[in-house]
Amino acid sequence: MALDAGLVGRSYPPSAVYEVGREKIAEFAAALGDLDPVYLDPAAARAAGHPDVIAPPTFAIVLSLGAGNVVVEDPDVAIDYSRVVHGEQRFTHHRPVRAGDRLVATATIDAVRTVAGNDMLTTRVDLATEDGEPVCTTRSMLVARGVA
Amino acid sequence: MSRRRLADVAVGAELPEQTSRVTRADLVRYAGASGDFNVIHWNERVAREVGLPDVIAHGMLTAGVAARAVTRWAGDPGAVVDYQVRFSRPVVVPDDGSGAELTVRGRVAAVGEDGRVRVDLTVTSNGDKVLSLARAVVALS
Repeated sequence: MALDAGLVGRSYPPSAVYEVGREKIAEFAAALGDLDPVYLDPAAARAAGHPDVIAPPTFAIVLSLGAGNVVVEDPDVAIDYSRVVHGEQRFTHHRPVRAGDRLVATATIDAVRTVAGNDMLTTRVDLATEDGEPVCTTRSMLVARGVA
Repeated sequence: MSRRRLADVAVGAELPEQTSRVTRADLVRYAGASGDFNVIHWNERVAREVGLPDVIAHGMLTAGVAARAVTRWAGDPGAVVDYQVRFSRPVVVPDDGSGAELTVRGRVAAVGEDGRVRVDLTVTSNGDKVLSLARAVVALS
């Protein structure tokens, strides 16, 4: 079933606050095999000019996955999740995510396309501090492969 | 490490090649850290049922490992202002203790007057390109 083009621009209520912890950043960095001291050691992060340890550039996927669930659960978004693969991902950082951040995620449907029977759904998630400072924008494109 | 100086960057410069391996244990660790528990990343029975040759790596694990080549070269991961990837082929991770090989090559594609440097990455596993697009923009001065 083709996705309804009228979904583009649909926005969802902001998420609960996600507090970024030093341990979560360290766990994520270790899972990438990346022991860069700016991820692990507050003193090293401060020496590099950051107020606290920062997160790897792809860390925002953790919040993006959670925030994207509102789209998955929207009954108007007729996409077959049993046939979905991750097509594209983009992160635009307004500044690095760092420990101590209290972030709110807002999901918006950015684009829907159907190409050769494959439905493509792009969800944008804007991450901002609870005070409204923009931190990161993620864009995730999912592809539901058409039934041949 | 300190941030690379813009004056030391030229179009066409190549990043040091990065080679690493991804094993089943790495997939379990990444699942836990990221919250992505999709079964195809840890259960080969289910992976085969949906037509995959075996368990495959999370695309974002591959993307995260590839980004490491850029953050190391830039000298500060905080320099990365934009990073985008397009997934073209799964990284198949056999349960043989040694897993899959991932090779990341990078090249400076553009240097803007505003200090924004675009790095294009080529990411392969066992010779096959697994990301059809992998591009980072780093802010240098």
